[in-house]
Amino acid sequence: MRRAALALALLLPVLAWGAPPPGAVNEETVRQIAAQLRCVVCQNLSVADSPSEMANQMRGIIRERLQGGDTPDQVMAYFVEKYGEWILLSPRPRGFNLLVWTLPFAGIGGGLLVILMLTRRWSRRTRERPVAEPVDPATRERIRREMTELGQ
Amino acid sequence: MPAQRTPTDVDSDAFERGLGPRNPPGGGLGGGAKPPSEGIWRRGKWAIPLSIIPLLVLLAYGFWTDPRAIPSPLVGKPAAPFSVALFDGGRLHLGDLKGKVVVLNFWASWCYPACYEEAPVLERGWQTWKDRDVVVVGVDIQDTEEPARKFLKQFSITFPNGPDPTGKISVDYGVYGVPETFFIDRAGRIRKKHVGAVTDDVFMREVARLLKEGS
Repeated sequence: MRRAALALALLLPVLAWGAPPPGAVNEETVRQIAAQLRCVVCQNLSVADSPSEMANQMRGIIRERLQGGDTPDQVMAYFVEKYGEWILLSPRPRGFNLLVWTLPFAGIGGGLLVILMLTRRWSRRTRERPVAEPVDPATRERIRREMTELGQ
Repeated sequence: MPAQRTPTDVDSDAFERGLGPRNPPGGGLGGGAKPPSEGIWRRGKWAIPLSIIPLLVLLAYGFWTDPRAIPSPLVGKPAAPFSVALFDGGRLHLGDLKGKVVVLNFWASWCYPACYEEAPVLERGWQTWKDRDVVVVGVDIQDTEEPARKFLKQFSITFPNGPDPTGKISVDYGVYGVPETFFIDRAGRIRKKHVGAVTDDVFMREVARLLKEGS
């Protein structure tokens, strides 16, 4: 009995989260949508993070649209229709925008490749280093002479 | 005293020359560099400045474009219908204005100086064109009533004006700042979006263009 009560207590929040009562709007969903939208009157702030009146009104519109039966995707589509993709904080991975998503990874990959090539080349060179260059007899003689001069 | 080369100087120069350049210029890393390693550094010298060029081009492009000029996807589309409660009482439905050219202006009393600059322009335009199938409509956004009424009184605004307390009209028109003005043709399509204060020239040009079209 105690165990059943405990299980119910643990499960209840999950159940409540999973199935909100019809008509009610999950504030978390509102926040999630707002977090992906640019606050139009701010610089680099999402609608979720901005305290501005405009962002507040936009959150209200998100809530109302969800209440009206729109899916989160439909709500996003509405804002994109009105403002263009500019309203999305992260550009959609499509067309030219794809560059923004792939270029950093390509850069990291390319950098790793260069590091790999260079380290291999350098390590090979140090291994080859012990091969001494032959010193011509004249230089050898000069070194010897100057060393003895220094020694005196 | 001018530098006089002593025999020692000459000797040490000769010594250096005799040993030859052990480290070729630019190939210092690792010492005792062999020809192939020179290649990568010589090429590298060009690769670095060359790889900066595309970045500079991108940066230049970014600085040339105005971050505030956002192309509206709404130009050419039907103007979203709305109904606004006017400050003077009564309501205005955009749908009722079909067949007329509508100049829809979004403003706020705190929007200084742009809204203050264009208010007389809009009123002048309204006075000039109101008998020729042109309606100027003002929507006051992100504002409170008292300063808004003061603004209307200050400029003796007589064209229909109302607030947008929920921001719904603003979002429906993709408004991201004030002032913004939309020119709507007789068929109810948005034909032009003007960001910033409207001048007499812009008002005249757009209204005349839309009037000529569908009379």
